[in-house]
Amino acid sequence: MRNLVALPVIILAVILQTAIVSRVYLLSGIADLPLVMLAAWALQEEVETSWHWALATSLLVGFVSALPWLAPLIGYFAVVGLAQILQGRVWQAPLLAMFSVTFLGSIISSLLTFAVINLSGVSLPVSDVLGVLTLPSVLLNMLLAIPVYAVMRDLARWVYPSPEVE
Amino acid sequence: MALALGGYFSSASNVFTGSLINLQAWFSTRFVAVQDFLTAPRDIASLRQRNVDLEADNAELQAQIIQLQQQVGETRILAELVDFAQARPENRYQAAAVIGRDPSPFLHYVLINRGSNDGFLPGMPVVTDQGLVGRVDAVIADASRVQLITDPASNVNVRLQNAGTEASLVGSVTGDVTLDLIPQDVKIEIGDLALTSGLGGGYPPDLIVGQVVNVRSRDFDLFQQATVQPVVDFNRLAIVLVIVNFEPVDTSPLIPAP
Repeated sequence: MRNLVALPVIILAVILQTAIVSRVYLLSGIADLPLVMLAAWALQEEVETSWHWALATSLLVGFVSALPWLAPLIGYFAVVGLAQILQGRVWQAPLLAMFSVTFLGSIISSLLTFAVINLSGVSLPVSDVLGVLTLPSVLLNMLLAIPVYAVMRDLARWVYPSPEVE
Repeated sequence: MALALGGYFSSASNVFTGSLINLQAWFSTRFVAVQDFLTAPRDIASLRQRNVDLEADNAELQAQIIQLQQQVGETRILAELVDFAQARPENRYQAAAVIGRDPSPFLHYVLINRGSNDGFLPGMPVVTDQGLVGRVDAVIADASRVQLITDPASNVNVRLQNAGTEASLVGSVTGDVTLDLIPQDVKIEIGDLALTSGLGGGYPPDLIVGQVVNVRSRDFDLFQQATVQPVVDFNRLAIVLVIVNFEPVDTSPLIPAP
């Protein structure tokens, strides 16, 4: 039943993204709160619903954004897949795993969006995209990684309480 | 008694009363000091409480000031928009507040708080009192998504007021807007005003878009290019006007399929 918390959390994340995070620019880059949230959620050991979260988030972002649906869908699934691969492999260093997933996930998501927009007929200069958009966005996502990870860890402990040891 | 009444003891009585007065003053001073010492903590406590109350009042008043300043700002914007709307009676306007931006940094779209319930349709032009903002891209019942003229996929047909030529205004991923397709034989001057031309039927004519700030003209290019400074500050968009009686022309059937 506690899994239903996903819905308000995802909606809140998308609202915060469109209302606040999207207005905080570094050059032309902005942070991607839903992406960082998904990365942090998928890295929690006890979590089994990260693919559902990715689907719900990409549907909601696809609805709000003018991007083709494919871009957030593939991007967020790639982030969750990356987190699943790295989960447990970076032993006793969850924050390192969080930074790795955020960094790689942001770049993959950005390149994917770039490819989708180009395929849709709008040509974007690669140098502009990399220099003033992708790298600043990655940096902002890395700054968000620590607080979001802490929040999602607490949320995961609430949704999946560990059995008491007698 | 007679000696006293005769004033023969006056010096002695002066010394006596003076000593008494000094003693009285000494006691009084000490008493007041002790009283102050005993009552001071209570005063400090009450003063602290009073200070806390005043600080709370101050914080509340500060919040009210900020709220009122915000209302004054919104009222000023609305007044300017009303002036703008009254100056162009041929158009019908609906005001809407900007409530968000597109979550992707690749796109330049804003979300506004009115939609199809207010008669908004895709393609309707969006302006402020300063000039053109963009056009409605998608609508739901109570919200719409507006494509800004700075979006990389945006394309606006404009004319340069002084040069008397037409050009195509395109956005970019960095938010800069550029004039393209300007014939080489046209002389463009810095500061020339770009207005919508109305060609193509996407926007009504004569809406201010921006000013030319830079011209790139090379002999081997087919066309000149110019950088335009938009008149609208897209980072501070708060309230916009949608022209609801404008029907955009759908030219897509005229474009041959690839």
